[in-house]
Amino acid sequence: MEPVHKPNKRMPVSAMLDPRIVVPALGAAFTKLDPRSMIKNPVMFVVEIVAALTTVIFVRDLVIGGENLAFTFQIILWLWFTVLFANLAEAVAEGRGKAQAETLRKTRTESQAKLLSGAGRDYKLVSGTSLKVGDLVLVEAGDTIPSDGEVIEGVASVNEAAITGESAPVIRESGGDRSAVTGGTQVLSDWIRVRITAAQGSTFIDRMIKLVEGAERQKTPNEIALNILLAGLTIIFVFATVTIPSYAAYAGGSISVIVLVALFVTLIPTTIGALLSAIGIAGMDRLVRFNVLAMSGRAVEAAGDVDTLLLDKTGTITLGNRQATAFRPVRGVTEQELADAAQLASLADETPEGRSIVVLAKEKYGIRGRDMAELGATFVPFTAQTRMSGVNAGGSSVRKGAVDAILNYIGGGAPIAIASGNAARALQPAALSEAGREISAIADEVAKSGGTPLAVAKDGKLLGIVQLKDIVKGGIRERFAELRRMGIRTIMITGDNPTTAAAIAAEAGVDDFLAQATPEDKLKLIRDEQAKGKLVAMCGDGTNDAPALAQADVGVAMNTGTQAAREAGNMVDLDSNPTKLIEVVEIGKQLLMTRGALTTFSIANDVAKYFAIIPAMFLAFYPQLGVINVMSLSSPQSAILSAIIFNALVIIALIPLALKGVAYRAVGAGALLRRNLLIYGLGGIVVPFIGIKAIDLVVVALHLA
Amino acid sequence: MTVIGWLQIILYCAIIVALTKPLGWYMTRVFSGERTFLSPVLRPIEAGIYRISGVDEKREQHWLTYTVAMLLFHVGGFLIIYGLMRLQAVLPFNPAGQSAVAEDLSFNTAISFITNTNWQNYAGESTLSYLTQMVGLTHQNFLSAATGIVLAVALIRGFARASMRTVGNFWVDVTRCTLYILLPICVVFALFLVWQGMPQTLGNYVEATTLEGTKQTIAVGPVASQVAIKMLGTNGGGFFNANAAHPFENPTALSNFVQMLSTFVLGAALTNVFGRMVGNQRQGWAILAVMGVLFVAGVAVAYWAEAQGTSTLQALGLTGGNMEGKEVRFGIVASALFAVITTAASCGAVNAMHDSFTALGGMIPLINMELGEIIVGGVGAGMYGMLLFVILAIFVAGLMVGRTPEYVGKKIEAREVKMAMLAILVLPLMILGWTAVAVVLPSAVASMANAGPHGFAEVLYAYTSQTANNGSAFAGLTGNTPFYNLTGGVAMFVGRFFMIVPAMAIAGSLAEKKSIPPSMGTFPTTGGLFVGLVVGVILIMGGLTFFPALALGPIVEHLAMNAGNVF
Repeated sequence: MEPVHKPNKRMPVSAMLDPRIVVPALGAAFTKLDPRSMIKNPVMFVVEIVAALTTVIFVRDLVIGGENLAFTFQIILWLWFTVLFANLAEAVAEGRGKAQAETLRKTRTESQAKLLSGAGRDYKLVSGTSLKVGDLVLVEAGDTIPSDGEVIEGVASVNEAAITGESAPVIRESGGDRSAVTGGTQVLSDWIRVRITAAQGSTFIDRMIKLVEGAERQKTPNEIALNILLAGLTIIFVFATVTIPSYAAYAGGSISVIVLVALFVTLIPTTIGALLSAIGIAGMDRLVRFNVLAMSGRAVEAAGDVDTLLLDKTGTITLGNRQATAFRPVRGVTEQELADAAQLASLADETPEGRSIVVLAKEKYGIRGRDMAELGATFVPFTAQTRMSGVNAGGSSVRKGAVDAILNYIGGGAPIAIASGNAARALQPAALSEAGREISAIADEVAKSGGTPLAVAKDGKLLGIVQLKDIVKGGIRERFAELRRMGIRTIMITGDNPTTAAAIAAEAGVDDFLAQATPEDKLKLIRDEQAKGKLVAMCGDGTNDAPALAQADVGVAMNTGTQAAREAGNMVDLDSNPTKLIEVVEIGKQLLMTRGALTTFSIANDVAKYFAIIPAMFLAFYPQLGVINVMSLSSPQSAILSAIIFNALVIIALIPLALKGVAYRAVGAGALLRRNLLIYGLGGIVVPFIGIKAIDLVVVALHLA
Repeated sequence: MTVIGWLQIILYCAIIVALTKPLGWYMTRVFSGERTFLSPVLRPIEAGIYRISGVDEKREQHWLTYTVAMLLFHVGGFLIIYGLMRLQAVLPFNPAGQSAVAEDLSFNTAISFITNTNWQNYAGESTLSYLTQMVGLTHQNFLSAATGIVLAVALIRGFARASMRTVGNFWVDVTRCTLYILLPICVVFALFLVWQGMPQTLGNYVEATTLEGTKQTIAVGPVASQVAIKMLGTNGGGFFNANAAHPFENPTALSNFVQMLSTFVLGAALTNVFGRMVGNQRQGWAILAVMGVLFVAGVAVAYWAEAQGTSTLQALGLTGGNMEGKEVRFGIVASALFAVITTAASCGAVNAMHDSFTALGGMIPLINMELGEIIVGGVGAGMYGMLLFVILAIFVAGLMVGRTPEYVGKKIEAREVKMAMLAILVLPLMILGWTAVAVVLPSAVASMANAGPHGFAEVLYAYTSQTANNGSAFAGLTGNTPFYNLTGGVAMFVGRFFMIVPAMAIAGSLAEKKSIPPSMGTFPTTGGLFVGLVVGVILIMGGLTFFPALALGPIVEHLAMNAGNVF
């Protein structure tokens, strides 16, 4: 599979602010005012409390008669807006997930299951919801698979569009790495016998719904840490503001509660406080749009921290199939002869490798395809024991296979008669070993260049080697260079021998490789990396990948994989495209960056707010402080009002950024930091000066203060 | 401002930077338990101390054990000082016949000395016996300084270690710090001071007959030994009430310069210890650069403000800057520099009256302390205070590189942020809180020497100085009242220990973490960008916290003075 970039899955901001999402979100912004849900967000909860308190004071003043009622009313209004805008940001972020969950729910319609009682195909119809883990069900063409399970018998094509959005059917079969089926998907042809592995309510789709809806959203470690920081800052500003009346009293002045509240709310980090959960939800949502499901937000964050990426060679770094690229005969054999024999041996071989031999023979030597039946040939298929395949035609036999297998086959005196007869057998090893040595030499050469040698023998005589080569995916080298700039080391995992692996690793530009890797080697590699303090990401699909997936900090299981793999990973890639790990890492980084950028922006904003409010606050008794009013805001009231309006509007203005995320560039941490500090740090200091001044002009023009 | 003045400042900085590396190397060896050139002499004494006190020097402690040991040690220190002060009248070495010290003053002073604050609501020469000064105060001058240093070292070990549960052994660290670092330097330093004309005697006060024929009692005593550790250990508690402005406590321009050097030298060297222990000295230099930027900026403003004088002075025809409250033998530059150093470090010794500084000149010491005294800072305390700010700066901005923030290979997570915030909260709580109480309490307001914003600044300075464990006084405020003694004592206690415990919790938590090797994606913490970032975070955090209070104190005073109003 090519690296998939699905531009249609990257949602532009305008689409995020789709009225179908925004309108219900407006309602949700009000329902979220419930203190029980507000308390999860300490900063905004505090704003809600002071808004409520000042409202009470305002009502009292209204009844008994107070001063500046219009001004107080406006401040209170904007306090409530601040809270509502924060809720709106969260509701909009959740909106997209809700829409997606709705579609998923439709697939979960009440289905009937064919519960099997014994080994036969007798079943009784039961409700899908009554299934228990361990039940066996029969699913036939046209049936919806009632719940998650493992195929224990049969092969079927399954439409998994319900979860992947991809309408092309996939094959599900018992044994091997494609045995997991998902409840809600539909069998298109044939039948399968399925052992149920998840009860209703905890199936994959159920989990997906909960995830995209954010119903079970838990704060991630970094989010918790950030919340602590924000709460701490809020407390600092409590101290900074509650002490002011006492200082003012000493100076012989007094300060109204509403002005203090305005100062307090503008100082506490409301911007990031309001957008924090939206950023988290949007991060998960970006993954979902990439068709990757993260089982926890923790995994998304960990993705941003990944230091080492383990990538399987086949399908990730190279195209899945090796292809024949050259015929290399031994001395005394022509290329043509070798090509002819190899083509004959591959005629009935439907593997991609086999077909590529036929194609190469035709392209390079003009050898036409022949009809097996016409030749009276019989195909000898590949087996794990013989590790070779070929044809028997007439009296002659052709075999191709792994070099050692072929050598063994010839040396061991195979069922085919050897030309020189039994008498010559004693000499055979020496004779063979000479051709064998030559074959071995060629094979080594091929391996060193990253290819796979395939020996060909005809009637017991070694003809030569077919060079199969892994084709490295286009553009993958650049991706690895990019990863290196991100500070991520890539390790290629392959079952190939070290020489072949080294050649491919060099060609693809990975930093390191693990050759002849067993699942245990993989697990050990991950543990070793982790012992060095590194975070490891990998993807896998097979049951034997499960331990490594579980051990890795970010384990992306392919949706086509086994149930065991899907359970072990903390992300599932619905497209089963291993290259996507790179995007997953980027999304993780983007999530963290967006939080950092908005926190920095939020704190930097406070500088301007002080310059607006402090002179306004103390002007009555220390008129000298008027020089701090660098923005020359027109009056104390307009200054305070402008600051609080800016504080509320900036939340709305930043919702798109929170949802879209700050763009990540693989330019190295130093350059990235410099850039972001300039934009969000320096920008955060400058922007509010301009914004508050502009709002002040409007406030004055509208005679609001 | 003069070229000579600036040369003095540059020379000062250059010497500190030059001493940082060799002293850092030496201190690293001391705290790593390695042999030093003093080992042949000191090792037997060290081993003897462990034998007598039953300390197993090989056995390291969990951060909690370490902290509890430190706290117990201070309870002991408190009881000794408190006891000595209450009982000094009946104890020996009291030639001047000082009577017992009042309860509230004893409380304040005992807290003051165990917390390395050395806030003095008393005049030493007219209140304390030699025994109290030497056994009570000088000994705490050593131990509170040693405590500060070893706590910083424990936190540094937290950064430097990986997957370990211990952060060192408090008893061993304190012993080694005192024996190998503080004592040897102090011996040499005290001899130097004696050479410069400082008294060092257990004899009685001297009676002198003045030219007018009146009798004058001249206070003397074991001054040099106390002054050496007072400066080196950033304690700042003067032998005499006039502190380093007193001719016996700071006789010459040279003694003044060396005293200033001794204030910074250990704090600066600790940045190098940090760099060495985390395996990259540039990390240490970056921290020192952060301190340096803030320091030079503070010196520049204070020197400028004092050299400039005020419009009021100029109106009176007084040119040549503001010399009010300054010693002629030091002049403006050495006074301004001393004031910035003593408040940047949590020393608190003064060679000029900060109360008489111009509004802006006096604001710099205030700001230095409000930032938490992290500009070099009190020995050790400055280092761990700075590391707390670094943790916050890294946490906020570090996210912007797209990774969980990490510093010298350690991830900064919820626990570290929580503890750093807790520690930093102490500053506004104690400083702003107590000031708010004092300025509306009539009895407390009565202690102010000046009205208006200047009086406000006096109170603000008092609580700032005590919370930050500085100990310098703005003067003007009559601090020896039960209210100021008790609230000040609380501020000093909280300001010290509520900062230490979270810092130690961070040390423990970091030590247990794995160490992450740096990569291209790691936030670079050795360059100018990092320095600028930390400076920015410190200024913004400090500014946001204290701006309203500063606006109502020095800022409004400065503005009013320009308009012709004085307080």
